[in-house]
Amino acid sequence: MANDEVILLDFWPSMFGMRLRIALAEKEVKYEYKEEDLRNKSPLLLQMNPIHKKIPVLIHNGKPVCESNIAVEYIDEVWKDKAPLLPSDPYERAQARFWADYIDKKLYHSSRKTWSTKEEDPEAAKKDFIEILKALEGVLGDRPYFGGDNFGFVDIALIGFYSWFYAYETYGGFSTETECPKFVAWAKRCMQRDSVAKSLPDQHKVLEFAKAARQRLGIE
Amino acid sequence: MAGEKVKLLGYWASPFTLRVHWALKLKGIEYDYQEEDLPNKSPLILQCNPVHKKIPVLVHDGKPIAESLVILEYIEETWKHNPILPEDPYERAKARFWVKFVDDKCVPGIFGTFSKVGEEQRKIAKEARENLKILEGELGKKRFFGDTKIGFMDVAAAWIICWAQIVGEIVDIKLVDAEEMPSLVSWFQNVLEAAPVLKECTPPKDKLLEHNKGFHKMLVASAST
Repeated sequence: MANDEVILLDFWPSMFGMRLRIALAEKEVKYEYKEEDLRNKSPLLLQMNPIHKKIPVLIHNGKPVCESNIAVEYIDEVWKDKAPLLPSDPYERAQARFWADYIDKKLYHSSRKTWSTKEEDPEAAKKDFIEILKALEGVLGDRPYFGGDNFGFVDIALIGFYSWFYAYETYGGFSTETECPKFVAWAKRCMQRDSVAKSLPDQHKVLEFAKAARQRLGIE
Repeated sequence: MAGEKVKLLGYWASPFTLRVHWALKLKGIEYDYQEEDLPNKSPLILQCNPVHKKIPVLVHDGKPIAESLVILEYIEETWKHNPILPEDPYERAKARFWVKFVDDKCVPGIFGTFSKVGEEQRKIAKEARENLKILEGELGKKRFFGDTKIGFMDVAAAWIICWAQIVGEIVDIKLVDAEEMPSLVSWFQNVLEAAPVLKECTPPKDKLLEHNKGFHKMLVASAST
């Protein structure tokens, strides 16, 4: 792997990009980070992800891997000698994939409603979001991580959202610490990992980003 | 793996259930099938998939697995013979990418064409055709997405050609254009012909057409009330 060229096309507040940053850090893979201006996408991004034109894109020795959870699995399969991200048991792997899919299908869309849309019923949006967090708390149970004793695939899929919590709470009008203390405890535990701390942006910076986006959307 | 009980909870007309049948049949896995009456979900479904309450659910040795693509990966990892995913990590990532493209883009487009009307329907149908053309580009001159043999994408997605043709017939909008999509138009049939075990467990097109015609009538009726 010594002569591997690894490039990550990313956008700093993207919780999907954060997944790849964390996975690469867990595996101690050296890579070049390229920040994309999403309002002025680079020719490289358009060439590497012509179908969706989205970040993140992992480019490994010139070949692109798109879609964040797919790329995390790819990273796990290629750099398999260190820090396994998925469990080895097929049933446990299925559970990990199921919850990562749940995060993408449910959490992401619900989270957007707390800050980026003019909701007819903001209380309902907030309630929906908190219910999803509580469901995830239930899955976590008493374990330190979603991966059990080991930080893994679901933790990686989820933790990036934590950098957005200050924005969700500010605009959604709730406190995660009050509503879902177990979730916050899990997030803080993850933040103690170098791979996570170095990959997540500051929550205040994300709030400023959200504020600017709301202004552009005409809802600030 | 012999003697371990495998049960599939599904619905005969669901393409997501069909995916799982196909994966199990290709690997020659013995299983029990339980048909779910969808409006009246069984206690077993609600117990096995409390999160989404949907079929298909695979129950292996008493342990439930939900979400059709998660099930496919589980089948692949548990019964390692006749692999449907390639060995190379990059090729695996590509196969997973294209299956996700079908689920995220093509399926909503085809279903949108089926369930919407007027300008909204025309717009969604146009997008659906564009996305099918993208698939055509990826399939190219190959018989299967798995190249010379049936692979992950073929198992997970060949059904959309049959469904798109059925939807097209019911709403009178062409989604699968033989001229623009010469490879795609035969993809579903090619898969059935290459693997008779798959043909045996696939509902006949006319039965699916009748079922979906009825379903469409229901949608139209409820939209106008």
